[in-house]
Amino acid sequence: MIKKLTREGIAKRLAQDIPEGAYVNLGIGLPTLVASYLPADREIVLQSENGILGMGPPPPEGEEDYDLVNAGKQPVTKLPGTAFFHHADSFAMMRGGHLDICVLGAFQVSQRGDLANWRTAEPDAIPAIGGAMDLAIGAKQIFIVMTHCTPTGASKIVEECTYPLTGIGCVSRIYTDLAVIDVTPDGLVATEWVDGLSFDELARYTAAPLKRGTHA
Amino acid sequence: MINKIVPSLHEAVHDIHDGATIMISGFGTAGIPAELIDALIEQKARDLTVINNNAGNAEYGLGALLKQGRVRKIICSFPRQVDSYVFDELYRSGKIELELVPQGTMAERIRAAGAGIGAFFTPTAFGTELAAGKETRTIDGRNYVLEKALHADFSLIKAWRADRWGNLTYRMTARNFGPVMASAAKNTIVQVDDTVELGMLDPECIVTPGIYVDRVVKVKQKMTPKSNQGDK
Repeated sequence: MIKKLTREGIAKRLAQDIPEGAYVNLGIGLPTLVASYLPADREIVLQSENGILGMGPPPPEGEEDYDLVNAGKQPVTKLPGTAFFHHADSFAMMRGGHLDICVLGAFQVSQRGDLANWRTAEPDAIPAIGGAMDLAIGAKQIFIVMTHCTPTGASKIVEECTYPLTGIGCVSRIYTDLAVIDVTPDGLVATEWVDGLSFDELARYTAAPLKRGTHA
Repeated sequence: MINKIVPSLHEAVHDIHDGATIMISGFGTAGIPAELIDALIEQKARDLTVINNNAGNAEYGLGALLKQGRVRKIICSFPRQVDSYVFDELYRSGKIELELVPQGTMAERIRAAGAGIGAFFTPTAFGTELAAGKETRTIDGRNYVLEKALHADFSLIKAWRADRWGNLTYRMTARNFGPVMASAAKNTIVQVDDTVELGMLDPECIVTPGIYVDRVVKVKQKMTPKSNQGDK
């Protein structure tokens, strides 16, 4: 039986790869979960696009201050060492390549690391981009967290994205409920896959050419 | 004597004209100058272009201005929020124009306007539909999109404290677009929680120097509405 990871499981797996001293931006949704699993013995500084470096966890109930929110507009807290700055500085920090890692969700990732994560084909949807395009091209490494397939079983890893793009060739690594896959100049390389799943099966779940890396 | 402090919200916004382009600070409800927007609603100017990161929450502040049909066009990065139903309806019925801009590009376009820069090349959005029709250039092997500065007739900003010269400090993430918007408009109008005597703000901690500010109005502190305000 394939031992698929839960959402929390994917977040926990990714968190292990964030090194001591890293400056990290976590996107809205599943990426936000990663914060709960960062190893306690590492000092990791979280950036929030709305002007925080050194963002703390959500406050206890009753202590929310709505002048202190994260990118998803949820209340957060300060830490010793927290810095505030304005939006142009925040995105200069991002675009200027100063962040080590940015973790984002995705609708699709292509074999070349193109990312589509902001708009689906629904005709009635209100388009909204936020900071996704700035984040996609900004950090030194872009890690994607997502389920490997859609609820209807279509692979989110594709040869060419069919949804509107967020960024071109920007993804470094993909963490799914089935595998960890590196985006390399030679294409996609799976370095880990879950118990109960063979590499050949993983390749069948993946709608783009997949190379076999060293299974950790 | 320089005194930018005006006695009322009404006086602060009295000359905003029909057809004006207005920058409004805030990210969600943090840093939204809700009382200045209320004064603008009373003031009746219409056919407005609004620049704000979002497109209003429920039916207060920007949401209320939209509901009254006073906004012709909105320039923003993230109009889709849990309670942005007023915008959603206007957009779907074709009653409002939307210019969608990546958030960092929007911040930098505003900064550029305040800094006298006409346009700049940014890597953000290259190869995406938000760069469609825009000039591009490859510089040292990297691809960029040309983005123009974003100016306004008025900026409405919420800050924390001000003195009569218009020097400003902000509170935590309520700072967001305030400092860049203050520099990018012909008239910058600021609401603050508190005004203090000249000399009382630590010069090391002033975020927006008064040169960028035209009017300051003190607003009785009201709790930020705790709406269901998250993104969706």
